[in-house]
Amino acid sequence: MNLTLKIWRQKDSNAKGQMVDYKVTDISEHMSFLEMMDVLNEQLVNSGEEPVAFDHDCREGICGMCSMYINGEAHGPDRGITTCQLHMRMFKDGDTITIEPFRAAAFPVIKDLVVDRTAFERIQQAGGYISVNTSGNTQDANAIPISKHAADEAMDAATCIGCGACVATCKNASAMLFVGAKVSQYALLPQGQVEAADRVQNMVAQMDLEGFGNCTNTGACEIECPKGISLENIARMNRELMKANL
Amino acid sequence: MALDSKVPKGSIKDKWTDYKNKINLVNPANKRHIDVIVVGTGLAGGSAAATLAELGYNVKAFAYQDSPRRAHSIAAQGGINAAKNYQGDGDSTYRLFYDTVKGGDYRSREANVYRLAEVSANIIDQCVAQGVPFARDYGGLLDNRSFGGVLVSRTFYAKGQTGQQLLLGAYSAMNRQIARGKIEMFNRHEMLDVVIVDGKARGIIARNLITGEIERHSAHAVVVGSGGYGNVYFLSTNAMGSNATAAWKIHKKGAYFANPCYTQIHPTCIPRSGDYQSKLTLMSESLRNDGRIWVPKNMEDVVAIREGRKKPTDLSEDERDYYLERRYPAFGNLVPRDVASRAAKERCDAGYGVNATGEAVYLDFASSIERYGKEQAKIHNIENASEAKIYELGQAIVEAKYGNLFQMYEKIVDQNPYKTPMMIYPAVHYTMGGVWVDYNLMTTIPGCYCIGEANFSDHGANRLGASALMQGLADGYFVLPYTIGDYLADDIRTGKISTETKEFDDAEKEVSDRINFFINNKGTKSVDYFHKKLGKVMWDKAGMSRNEKGLKEAMIEIKAIREEFWKDVSVPGTADEMNPELEKAGRVADFLELGELFAKDALMREESCGGHFREESAEESGPQKGEAKRDDENFAFVAAWEYKGEPADAVLHKEVLEFKDIELKQRSYK
Amino acid sequence: MSGFFKSSIGRKVAMALSAFFLMFFLLQHFAINLLSVFSADAFNEVSHFMGTNPLIQYALQPVLIFGVVFHFVMGFVLELKNKKAQGVSYARNNGAANSSWMSRNMIWSGVAILAFIILHFIDFWFPEINTKFIEGDWSGMHDGQFRYYHELQEKFVSPVRVGAYVLAFVFLMLHLLHGFTSAFQSMGSTAGRKKVLQNIGKIYSIIIPLGFVIIAIYHHLNHNH
Repeated sequence: MNLTLKIWRQKDSNAKGQMVDYKVTDISEHMSFLEMMDVLNEQLVNSGEEPVAFDHDCREGICGMCSMYINGEAHGPDRGITTCQLHMRMFKDGDTITIEPFRAAAFPVIKDLVVDRTAFERIQQAGGYISVNTSGNTQDANAIPISKHAADEAMDAATCIGCGACVATCKNASAMLFVGAKVSQYALLPQGQVEAADRVQNMVAQMDLEGFGNCTNTGACEIECPKGISLENIARMNRELMKANL
Repeated sequence: MALDSKVPKGSIKDKWTDYKNKINLVNPANKRHIDVIVVGTGLAGGSAAATLAELGYNVKAFAYQDSPRRAHSIAAQGGINAAKNYQGDGDSTYRLFYDTVKGGDYRSREANVYRLAEVSANIIDQCVAQGVPFARDYGGLLDNRSFGGVLVSRTFYAKGQTGQQLLLGAYSAMNRQIARGKIEMFNRHEMLDVVIVDGKARGIIARNLITGEIERHSAHAVVVGSGGYGNVYFLSTNAMGSNATAAWKIHKKGAYFANPCYTQIHPTCIPRSGDYQSKLTLMSESLRNDGRIWVPKNMEDVVAIREGRKKPTDLSEDERDYYLERRYPAFGNLVPRDVASRAAKERCDAGYGVNATGEAVYLDFASSIERYGKEQAKIHNIENASEAKIYELGQAIVEAKYGNLFQMYEKIVDQNPYKTPMMIYPAVHYTMGGVWVDYNLMTTIPGCYCIGEANFSDHGANRLGASALMQGLADGYFVLPYTIGDYLADDIRTGKISTETKEFDDAEKEVSDRINFFINNKGTKSVDYFHKKLGKVMWDKAGMSRNEKGLKEAMIEIKAIREEFWKDVSVPGTADEMNPELEKAGRVADFLELGELFAKDALMREESCGGHFREESAEESGPQKGEAKRDDENFAFVAAWEYKGEPADAVLHKEVLEFKDIELKQRSYK
Repeated sequence: MSGFFKSSIGRKVAMALSAFFLMFFLLQHFAINLLSVFSADAFNEVSHFMGTNPLIQYALQPVLIFGVVFHFVMGFVLELKNKKAQGVSYARNNGAANSSWMSRNMIWSGVAILAFIILHFIDFWFPEINTKFIEGDWSGMHDGQFRYYHELQEKFVSPVRVGAYVLAFVFLMLHLLHGFTSAFQSMGSTAGRKKVLQNIGKIYSIIIPLGFVIIAIYHHLNHNH
């Protein structure tokens, strides 16, 4: 198929960016979206132009590196996937595809479609851990039974890949789904209880400091999340924060 | 230089304990004055960085991604082995040790493997304490599954995302230390050289991938945990950015590179669909617990399927060839990876491949779905359940176990694997070879350590499933933090290492010159052009089976590609900006050298062992006819290569492998 | 605890608390208005009680005023913060793909409701305050009769005003359709995403505004002139 691409180009974080039109031809429907971008870049390199910078790494939907806002949606029009898992069969011959970086004040553009998501790092550093040293002398892994239900729910929350689609999708650029997922994972496990109050307070404080917006409960994040992280995690974080303050 | 593996004396059971008891330690007050650089933040690098920081060292950690959490360990799906024997099925440290050595086709170092098995149980305890949500049974205790090549259930898992959860555990431990200021994290930085001062590794040169700035970082020791070199094949299950540069740079500065030809070709990957393909996707080996692998028995059916006249589900049981169950009745679909891969290749080479490219076999869940469905019908007291009901009940169980993998498959291939069998084909997945290290995990450069997949490791010539995660975390959490103290104990009076020295000047200049070369070369071909060309040679001539003629050709062809690359590569953009093409150019330049050494190593090793199958060395008769034939008399050694300029000139050093606690046997899975 | 209400989540909780209070008030207001359809006398009685009872006038009325003002001010404050957090807007954004119009436009339905409330204050509340507190007339009488029912009917004579009234309640419905369950979510309750409460929310969000609208139209069609 032949496509027109409207892509955000921006030299570096200080430059002013703009949308630029490109044409690609002979795209197979079995290609992934990023392979289509590879074709474009190969074309640009061969014609001496600078290729489009975009983040990507594992290309199997787990590292959380790839981003892109495609036709008005984070990771494009399909559900439960990252951009690298989006396939061209979702598009039709002759389509015009708009490709933008994830937008949020807390995610400044580094170049083209690459954004800086280190705000997520700082939130995790504020409390996204259990304070246990590596010693090999912790208690036996089976010493505390954990109900299958709690373990599974913690796992579902822990599935977050930190891609930032929730922030990009949210009209308020809120990071609550991301933070809620991490808070939930530990809140659901007995190991996480000891520091639960400090953790949620510190992580929320850092989230606010980074300039993420508030939650309006539109639910868009849950739908666009490649891993289907549930809104329940935001409710749980709210509860945890209230509990921590009471 | 003679290789000294520094394996401690004594019985294998006590080596590690006795060694730890006598090793030099650095007192807590002195650790504050010692800096350690860790390159790579996957399971090995991440866990090492966190633990070293917990101990009190000042750690500088480097990742080329925008976060340590994105290292490719995250993509490991199936699980992590540990000799916990929670299932009471006869597992023990010795059995894990034995399985790993046997699985590795007797080409690993006994003492290292035993230590690995010994600390495996600690890993699970540590990860649970960190909040890793391993799967549990209804009683609240940890669940296990079984993996290829073993007869017990010792694999712990977190859905199909075990690597992710373990990495996030190590990442959380790192975050705690970053918050305390004990780890200084350098995201989007790539190590481009190691700096040697007075014969010791004392720092690195790194490029800031956002600004292009070349930076100098000094430390008392350098730890490389930068993963494997599977991308030398261009197409692999590795991440796009996975590269050998850090490992290759230390090799060029004096670290021997061991067994480069030991590559794992994973049997269950999604087949290639076209030339544009950028990477291959793995389907967890855990699928082989419930999936049965087959191709049609009759050539007419193969043709009919390829032409779309027949569907795989149309074929009756009699018309299918469950070739693994046929050839290996004892292990069936759970034979080790190298065996399963070669068997798939054998069928496809014989013309039985089931897709358009002729490179695919079926992985079928229908009988598992039926079996689980019947079981569920009984549990729920449903009498005379209809076929559809049984299928529905069974599908729910399979979905609970592998749902995310099935979804991933459907997204990529656009076929529903609950309804029609999956198509799979082997793909490059893991490299057992790597930088040679001694028992302390130190390379042949004093003060330079190598951990995880990047070292030549504990897996010999073939790695068993769920052992990579185990090794990465064992190295990072429980081995290196001890052994590095033995070396650093001498450095408590050294003080801060200056970066304003001639050694740093020279290393930086070398790095800058190379970058400037790429930017100014203005050739006519993209980096990927060369990478794909290299990949093709590697896959065709140094892939799943190898022979003398092909390997000799490969060496010549790779050298030619390398020469063309240095003449004609085109890198757009500038050096002082984010420039992904420039990053790729540097990595491919290193692959072009590594690939040749790889072929040279494979050529030298005139035996078949593990993932390395030499066509000249196969059993010619008897029940094992056609199986790989090892040559213990001549090749029971680690091939450690010393860099001498051209890869073809590399000098071989042998570390002879002694097996005192395991009897060398033909690896039979029949 | 004061730190809590400065946090993003604390503010949402405050929004939800004020919302619950306002939704309760709306229910009570609706009940009294509904009386006007069935009995002018009963409506007058209750209105007089509400307008003169000291507990209501001096305790609950200020709380209500505070609740209303707080909900609006906080709504605007959060909107401004959220706009800032968003940074550069997308050239193409397909919000409809993942969220309802109502949820994305609470600020606009809110602004419409605010405009209505200003009108409502001018219509009813300011004259009330003037009568009671400036003129000092607490009798509730006009020409020897209770004035409340009469005043109510007066306001619904003009079709333009009734139209504006109807429009405002359409916005209120849209606001509630998202706000009702959203408030539960902000309070950390899972109830907001359970089917039962979602249905209750839908019923509440449609019945109450619709009821107000029907009452207005009823009086428009049945005024005694």
